[in-house]
Amino acid sequence: MSLFHMILLLPFIAAIFVPIIYKKLNSTFHTGWYVILVPFIIFVYFLKHIPAIANGETIYLSMSWIPSLDINFDVYLDGLSLMFGLIISGVGTLVVMYSIFYMAKEREALHNFYIYLLMFMGAMLGLVCSDNVLVLYTLWELTSVSSFLLIAYWYERKRSRTGALKAMLITVFGGLAMLAGVIMLAIINDTYSLQEIMANVENIHSHSLFIPAMALILLGAFTKSAQFPFSIWLPDAMEAPTPVSAYLHSATMVKAGLYLVARMSPIFGGSSIWFWLVAGIGIITLIYGSIRAVRQTDLKALLAFSTISQLGLIMSLLGVGSAALTSGIGDSKEIFAFAIFAALFHLFNHSTFKGLLFMVVGIIDHETGTRDIRRLGGLMAIMPITFTIALIGSLSMAGLPPFNGFLSKEMFFTGMLTASDNPIFGFNGLTKLFPFIAWIASVFTFIYCFMLFVRPFFGTFHPERLPKEKTHEAPIGMLLPPTILGILVVLIFFVPNLLATYIIKPALVAVVPSVSATHKLFEIKAWHGVNTELLMTIGVIIFGLLLFYSIKKWNIAFRIYPEKLSLNYLYNAGMEGMEQRFASFTNRYMTGSIRHYLLYILIFITVVQISSLIIFDGLKLDLSSNADYSIYDVGILVAMVIAALTTLFTTNRITAIVALGAVGYLVMMLFVIFRAPDLALTQMVVETATTVLFLLCFYHLPKLGKKLEKMKFKLVNLLISICVGITVTLMTLSASGHKLFTPISEFFENAYELAGANNIVNAILVDFRGFDTMLEIAVLLIAGIGVYTLIKLRPKGSEYDET
Amino acid sequence: MKPEPNDVILHTVTKIASIIIFTFSIDLFWAGHHYPGGGFIGGLTTAAGIVLLYLSFDIEKIRKNLPIDYKKMAALGVLISVFTGLVGMIYGDNFLEQAFGYFNLPVFGKTELATAVLFDIGVALAVIGTAVTIITSISEDEL
Repeated sequence: MSLFHMILLLPFIAAIFVPIIYKKLNSTFHTGWYVILVPFIIFVYFLKHIPAIANGETIYLSMSWIPSLDINFDVYLDGLSLMFGLIISGVGTLVVMYSIFYMAKEREALHNFYIYLLMFMGAMLGLVCSDNVLVLYTLWELTSVSSFLLIAYWYERKRSRTGALKAMLITVFGGLAMLAGVIMLAIINDTYSLQEIMANVENIHSHSLFIPAMALILLGAFTKSAQFPFSIWLPDAMEAPTPVSAYLHSATMVKAGLYLVARMSPIFGGSSIWFWLVAGIGIITLIYGSIRAVRQTDLKALLAFSTISQLGLIMSLLGVGSAALTSGIGDSKEIFAFAIFAALFHLFNHSTFKGLLFMVVGIIDHETGTRDIRRLGGLMAIMPITFTIALIGSLSMAGLPPFNGFLSKEMFFTGMLTASDNPIFGFNGLTKLFPFIAWIASVFTFIYCFMLFVRPFFGTFHPERLPKEKTHEAPIGMLLPPTILGILVVLIFFVPNLLATYIIKPALVAVVPSVSATHKLFEIKAWHGVNTELLMTIGVIIFGLLLFYSIKKWNIAFRIYPEKLSLNYLYNAGMEGMEQRFASFTNRYMTGSIRHYLLYILIFITVVQISSLIIFDGLKLDLSSNADYSIYDVGILVAMVIAALTTLFTTNRITAIVALGAVGYLVMMLFVIFRAPDLALTQMVVETATTVLFLLCFYHLPKLGKKLEKMKFKLVNLLISICVGITVTLMTLSASGHKLFTPISEFFENAYELAGANNIVNAILVDFRGFDTMLEIAVLLIAGIGVYTLIKLRPKGSEYDET
Repeated sequence: MKPEPNDVILHTVTKIASIIIFTFSIDLFWAGHHYPGGGFIGGLTTAAGIVLLYLSFDIEKIRKNLPIDYKKMAALGVLISVFTGLVGMIYGDNFLEQAFGYFNLPVFGKTELATAVLFDIGVALAVIGTAVTIITSISEDEL
């Protein structure tokens, strides 16, 4: 296990100690101060790797996990992983710091919150550094699970629960599709390693599984990154605490889909279907998100739709850029790769300004008690620092100088113009639409960015509309994280090429391996002279301002749109319908009667075993190798039969229990005769415990008596018992009649040499088959807790009380 | 109110028998490495002894004198087993790989020490905890 592995596992290890720290120190010490160390250490670790990775080095470290299945925790660090690693740990540090002031230690269940957060952090870091596709998938699902837990953090609210469920259903659905996709990919190449798959790209494109694998993997990426039409989960995910929204639902988790698309680009890129799917869905999402964002009145919902839109923007750039991977396009390679470059640059910028904006909205919510822009106004005088930060973030997102968003927005326009000027993969007319849609979406982006800082901060202040009595500036600890991001936003504008050289270009090389990163195209400049991009930006500003000030006039147009056609309506109707159908179907056989369930189980066992015995010709009665039986065996057997019959025919429950116990003890005596003392001991102790248990239950059971059972009822019982009896007898006889393999017992006879134990049975239990034992006691524990909860935690006097 | 049941004989026998049972169960546990016994059997015997105490005295009295949370005991047992498995991984072995060796200890002389015993302690605790949890929760159920 290397240091790199340890660093990746650090969040999980640290999470173990969170409950202890919370429990012992919560009265004086905010658990967040402990948690913040984790992302900070990881961030420093990744920072140390920047020079080496920028030199074109990569790190590949292997750790065997399940070698027999070819599943190894192999980690790979290149420019792309490093960029994500820095975002995850960097924003993570700031978000944890922010949360220390946002989540009051007196009120909140901090241990839950930080465990989920660390779980997410670990999963996300592992995801971007994993080379094994199955490990990647596992961590992918773990991010969905932790996101579910975090959205439902305030689980007593109904909206939190439904939002969490929605996010979970959609992302896990995509995740499962992606699992099928990566397995197909593994089948094509006969390996689970991403690097090995990339090494044989030529064979993949012609394979018949190429298109299904691509479609399924994209489904995973699109659901995770909230692309149209799967975007509906993201606005509902805003029920999570704001630090979570800032971290998971803007800066990191929703970018996992983008990561996957970027990571898979060397494999699928260059195919026209990939180009159209990624770029097309991306651009639809871009315009859908930006138009919907303008309608929102809740600041967080506005940010959610803007995130959807921005993710679409990055996705479309990744799609256009994938053309750079087409073989034999020569000089245009760099032109298309520029789109990927822009995508990665904007991805980084988006993490800075969107994280900032979420934190600002959190501050407004925290200090005023509301996020509704209809109630807010005039906060500029009261919260000047917050206002400044919000201004920086909003203008950067709108694409104005001197902020980093301006640079990447211009580059985005360049990318889209590239697509329309250099038609590739046919449909020339369609690519002409790209810059046009991009421009319209940018106008709407401009409008909602203006809404974001004009509505809460300008205008008149109405304290009577706010739930909180006194509104004042946020504490310094809450302002510091967004301020740091704000400084970054400005700084990147002035020295973009520093960032590009050390972080963006290595990531670009990871996505498009053949491109030369030193090409003069990959030089970020704020001033290109007067070109189409600049004119587009000026147009965005003019039209944006015009539309922003006339918003009341045209906003009505949205109301014409019928509710029945919305995606949310479809989702809700679909869920309800499915629930009803499945409930009625399940209720048909889940009757609640134990007798029915036993019937299913026993009939199933009988049918499966008897039919397999017959089909595979396994029925064999060979008594020749059986040992002689003595008078004792016969005596015990007769006694057992008598005891069993007594259990059946007695009318006294105590007699039945004692008779059943007698059967058990007689079996134990058989073991003694066959010289199996361990079995005998176990049987005896188990029998004792079960008898006690029965006697205890007996206390609760009704008296046995002459029950008025129908003949049919009894006949069915009789038939089933005879069938099961015959099945078990036949199976046992056939099992001892066959000698197909060398008995495994010879291996265990060396127990003393292998495990230093003379008792073979115990050596098997604790050493040879230790894993079984471990899982068995785990199951035992689960069963115990199950019984305890069923009995002890039952609501008093509920309908489930049956006597 | 019911009269106090007169069960002097049961009480006296239980007092002596439970000591014998506990001693025997410890013996069974230690014997497990070389002779019949082991964590499962030892644990279950202990559980049987505890249940005997519960049966002859009332639950409240035993709970006062033996203040153990059996749910936590079961969880602790499972954790011990998992962690002894993990220790091997630090030394580069597989998960749950057990080691043993022979040492010269004072008083005991040449003695075999095996990590499997630690694992077995986990098994025993899990078994005791679960068995007693199940039995007491059912018996306490007031219906």
